[in-house]
Amino acid sequence: MTNTENSIDIGVVGLLRWAWRQLTSMRTALILLMLLGVAAIPGSLFPQRSQEPQKVDQYFANDPTLAHWMDRLRLFNVYASPWFSAIYLLLFISLIGCVLPRTFTHLRAIGKKPPLTPKNLDRMEGHRIIASADAAASFELARKWLKKNRYRLRIQDGSISAEKGYLRETGNLMFHLSLILILVGVALGSLFGMKGETILNVGDRFINTPTSYDTITYGKFQGQGTLIPFALTATDFAAKYDPITGQPTDYTLTTSVENPIGSTPKKIIIKVNKPLTYGSTKIYLQANGYSPIVTIRDKTGAVVFNGPTIFLPQDADLTSVGAIKEPDMTPQIGFIGTFLPTAQMNMKRGGFSSYPEVLNPELLLSAWKGNLGLDSGTPQSVYQLNTAAMKEIGIKALLLGDTYNFGEGSITFTGWKSWVNLQIVEDPGKMYALFGAIFAILGLLISLFTRQRRIWVRVGSDIEIAGLAKNGIPGLDKELDDLARALSGSKEEQK
Amino acid sequence: MNSIQLATFSNHAIYACLAIFAVAFVAHTIEVAWSVRNVEGQAKTEFEFTRTDRAGRIGTAMMILGFLVLLVAVTTRGMSAHRVPWGNMYEFSITGALTLTGAYLFALAKYKLRWLGLPVSLATLLTLGTAITVLYRPSEQLVPALKSPWLALHVSAAIISGGVFLVANLVAATYLWMDAIEKKGPRPTWAAKIPSLESLDQLSYRLIAFVFPLWTFAIIAGAIWAESAWGKYWGWDPKETWAFITWVAYAAYLHARVTVGWRGKRAAWLCIFAGSTFLFNYIYINIWGTGLHTYSGL
Ligand code: HEM
Repeated sequence: MTNTENSIDIGVVGLLRWAWRQLTSMRTALILLMLLGVAAIPGSLFPQRSQEPQKVDQYFANDPTLAHWMDRLRLFNVYASPWFSAIYLLLFISLIGCVLPRTFTHLRAIGKKPPLTPKNLDRMEGHRIIASADAAASFELARKWLKKNRYRLRIQDGSISAEKGYLRETGNLMFHLSLILILVGVALGSLFGMKGETILNVGDRFINTPTSYDTITYGKFQGQGTLIPFALTATDFAAKYDPITGQPTDYTLTTSVENPIGSTPKKIIIKVNKPLTYGSTKIYLQANGYSPIVTIRDKTGAVVFNGPTIFLPQDADLTSVGAIKEPDMTPQIGFIGTFLPTAQMNMKRGGFSSYPEVLNPELLLSAWKGNLGLDSGTPQSVYQLNTAAMKEIGIKALLLGDTYNFGEGSITFTGWKSWVNLQIVEDPGKMYALFGAIFAILGLLISLFTRQRRIWVRVGSDIEIAGLAKNGIPGLDKELDDLARALSGSKEEQK
Repeated sequence: MNSIQLATFSNHAIYACLAIFAVAFVAHTIEVAWSVRNVEGQAKTEFEFTRTDRAGRIGTAMMILGFLVLLVAVTTRGMSAHRVPWGNMYEFSITGALTLTGAYLFALAKYKLRWLGLPVSLATLLTLGTAITVLYRPSEQLVPALKSPWLALHVSAAIISGGVFLVANLVAATYLWMDAIEKKGPRPTWAAKIPSLESLDQLSYRLIAFVFPLWTFAIIAGAIWAESAWGKYWGWDPKETWAFITWVAYAAYLHARVTVGWRGKRAAWLCIFAGSTFLFNYIYINIWGTGLHTYSGL
């Protein structure tokens, strides 16, 4: 009874051991490496939820059954899918299993001398025999030559065993260990990171608490109370454009930042490639646009709304659309608006913007009355008007200062502001990934450009030399030639 | 000169390059074609390169001249836009052609590989031709996100790696071709100038071992740039994904050689496969792909 139990035990342990050896074998690693490349392909061919959610919706609209199956196979979420994760986790377990033992072996080998000179040198590469008159002098010459060429020596009776290029293995291990470090960095970032976005009109103040964000996502283990307690006011935003093409050439956001809230504000400039950094938290300038300012009055002439409304840009010339909602009037009033920074008209396109800067602003409005649907419970976009329960009561194009009287009241186009979209990202793993990357390159360079080889010299009646180049790296022959020349040179000197 | 004059000058220089590389191509073709000799009394044809050595030397001179003129064209293009000359696909292509010819001249000086002149001049001609006709864009300043020293490093490393990958692919393809020929019997005379199978095999390995760290650096510089511009150092954008696939493919190639001991045909196929992932990225993703990387301007 105990016997069978024992054999099962050994069987399980044996199986595990066998599986571990398979997993950490070079062939498995190679296959996993190629699999990882192949597994990355579908994500570049199908739209990914994290990047282009609208296109994914399009797939669902076009062919729901197919899209459903693709979704079950995680084809819209390739890089977070179980099968993709499985491949890279296996690869890295295999990597650790292979590289850690090699690291220990290598550390132990560092202080050691090269192995003894083998008996039969004629079986080695580049074996050659050089006539020698004075054995002792030749021996000394060979020793000096090898020392000068930075070989480690093991002097034996009548022979030298020399090796160089230990650094190759050092570099190789450094490279592979760095890959592990990169993965650790990536994992830390996705488990403990945070990413949020907010849109801010110039002049507004942003306080870094979860409720101030338009969208915010946390990593799996990121607690909520850990945001850096800063407050930021957008004091000025300047965009420069190429006057001929209208392409943006520079964006500058000037901010006044208190960190922590209540401390003396500091003036800080944020640019597209120059985020504001606090430790592992960074604040990026991501996008910008315009908010037209309007004043709405009711029938009695009392002001019910006065301020900017964020409009979203639709094209490179910043033609922007948005919705202005006024739930406090009866009936409720809403406007669908188009803001043109540099308005122009033509027959084909109607009103459009021909330049992204505000040179000739115009606000096109269509006014609606009825029920805005804000109380229905379903969340709705602040940029769109839900016209299901509304009736259009008129349209109007307003120049700066113009007023439109829509019957239930009036609306005046009084000005505009710029808004900026800030992205706030916390990634505590970034530094590990960066250092991993730097060490990976260093390790790679060291390992690829170090030549590992052994040379043996045996002095008897003649001098016998031979060598061995690890991984068949070329250049051994030339080195042996050099050594031979140095040794036969000695003969001539003695003549 | 002002920007517009510089840009025009650069365009003229590109046209001049087209002419020069065309001459180089013709010279290299003559070098191969006119060396054909009908062997007396036999139905067989032989190649004798001594007869056309001058044509070959003209070809080399034209390649050097073309490289220099192209260097001027790329530099003036950059000066006209006040930035490094790789803001769109037209500029990628002309700079790519520059590194391709540069890599060839290097290989020529170091390994005496004149036989590569024919495919390289043809590839350069095709690249420049499509660049100036299909991909051409007027010289413009960059949008703010592209203004970063990391972009310059990222793209220059990527372009140089690309040039070397292409040369390695040509060498590997030649290996397979020569291998097929040698299967049938001894090499014909025209192929006598091409290095032995073993040297070809070694050469493609050394080229790749040389640029793999550079390609790794290109990817890392790209990640650093993405981090400063988009707030995310890696986003699995199609272009990034394919750069990663290329990297993995070449890592697999190096492993296959160094640790599993692949040589010869299998290694050559793997090399060509890895190179095709780079080409695919360059052509397909740039033109038809989507994502934040689509700056090709098409
Ligand atoms: C999965 C487990 C892995 C194992 C067990 C492994 C093991 C090895 C070993 C033993 C070498 C030997 C080099 C020599 O003897 O000089 C090597 C080289 C190398 N490995 Fe890996 N490796 C793994 C993963 C990776 C990955 C993921 C990459 C990168 C994508 C990679 C890239 C390289 C490179 C570039 C070399 C250098 C080749 C050369 O020296 O020419 N390895 N690896």
